[in-house]
Amino acid sequence: MTAMIDITDAGKTFTMHLQGGIELPVVRGVTFHVNASECVVLSGPSGAGKSSILKMIFGNYRCDNGRIGIRHRGAVVDLATAEPRQVLNIRRSTIGYVSQFLRAVPRVATIDVVAEPLIVNGMARADAQARAGELLHRLNIPERLWQLPPATFSGGEQQRVNIARGFISDLPILLLDEPTASLDAANRAVVVELVAEKKRQGVAMVAIVHDDEIRHLIADRIVDVTSFAAAA
Amino acid sequence: MVDQATLDNDEPLLVAKSLSKSFGRIAACRDVSFSLYPGEVLAIVGESGSGKSTLLQMLSGQLTPSAGHVSYRMRDGVTRDLATLGEAERRFLFRTDWGFVHQDPAQGLRMAVSAGANVGERLMAVGWNHYGRIRDTASDWLTRVEIDTARIDDAPRTYSGGMRQRLQIARNLVTEPRLVFMDEPTGGLDVSVQARLLDLLRSLVAELNLAVIIVTHDLAVARLLSHRVMVMKGGRVIETGLTDQVLDDPREPYTQLLVSSILPP
Repeated sequence: MTAMIDITDAGKTFTMHLQGGIELPVVRGVTFHVNASECVVLSGPSGAGKSSILKMIFGNYRCDNGRIGIRHRGAVVDLATAEPRQVLNIRRSTIGYVSQFLRAVPRVATIDVVAEPLIVNGMARADAQARAGELLHRLNIPERLWQLPPATFSGGEQQRVNIARGFISDLPILLLDEPTASLDAANRAVVVELVAEKKRQGVAMVAIVHDDEIRHLIADRIVDVTSFAAAA
Repeated sequence: MVDQATLDNDEPLLVAKSLSKSFGRIAACRDVSFSLYPGEVLAIVGESGSGKSTLLQMLSGQLTPSAGHVSYRMRDGVTRDLATLGEAERRFLFRTDWGFVHQDPAQGLRMAVSAGANVGERLMAVGWNHYGRIRDTASDWLTRVEIDTARIDDAPRTYSGGMRQRLQIARNLVTEPRLVFMDEPTGGLDVSVQARLLDLLRSLVAELNLAVIIVTHDLAVARLLSHRVMVMKGGRVIETGLTDQVLDDPREPYTQLLVSSILPP
């Protein structure tokens, strides 16, 4: 089986120039891989660097050393050294990221926030909105809210909009940062279902989940991040 | 946003090579090089005096560099050095394929003639001569920038600051340019007016697949609009990369200072 993500010896340290140049080691020696159709859950206590690893895989944080191999349109690209244009390309057609919080764009209607990733990849607006509607419906966002911008929604509603936006595309890699954190039981179950569907479609996923029950339901493998913790 | 065909199109639209500019003994801009691709939005950030406006003026052919070159891929696919263009060719570029949005709309508009004429003028400059069609297109563009078409015959001096800025944008985009330069387009506007303008810019840039070089000191503007960012200090580019990467994981001391100075929303 070919790995969709193949990370070898990746490391990251923050240098805080405004605090007298303090070095803040985040992770080192990060090594693991993720195959298609599998969900790897990162475990470890708060501050162990789980979110940082997700951000490194998305190209949001830079890597100081090591390699982050991503299977992108049939070839392997090292994201740690890729050009900005290439990273954007990879994000558009290969890696999706469901962050913990929705970075809302003012004035854009919820239905369009969710449909945007499909429109960007060339789908007709009406078709993209139809798919966005289906997902919002499944995630129990009432139709009367669809035309409103999500900025005024509750935390749980915003997170569900964010999940819908993350799950709408057919990208082969999906990164999930606590997708169920502020959801009730019914909506957590929907997310579990969505993850299972993605697996059946061959999607490779890396997730951070604190809820033991959810972790048990979605994880095929667990990677303990503690061993990558850079000794401070 | 950017379609696949454009992404696979690996020829840059504009290339800056080792651009420098000195005013007497003062080096305003030193050794700046980058490539801009079709549909790409590049933000140049930095404080006043960092050289970002000087750079923008060189890139848009309004200021001759002391050293270095700017080349641009013309509509016929041929890449030309701006310095070798004749005055007529340069003016033609400015009227058709380029836009320039000034911070002060009064610099980019004719304040005493009607809004419709402000937009229509760019069309006439490229040879449109059917009055009805010019007026229809102007009125269509006013709608796109959310200006009530009932105001088409009013001069922009009767408009609010936010409306003037939106009119300036309409005037620039009516000829369907491929590259638009923007100099602090939201500077000097109220916060609520800024948000609306940014949102409008964001959707127009995506819809028209525009390449944009935007100078701003506001990192929130860079975050919302740009794909890539260049941080300038003392005339040099000190850090460059994907916008979210530079803003979430800044490396240089000065960039860290800029990012840490943003007030939380």
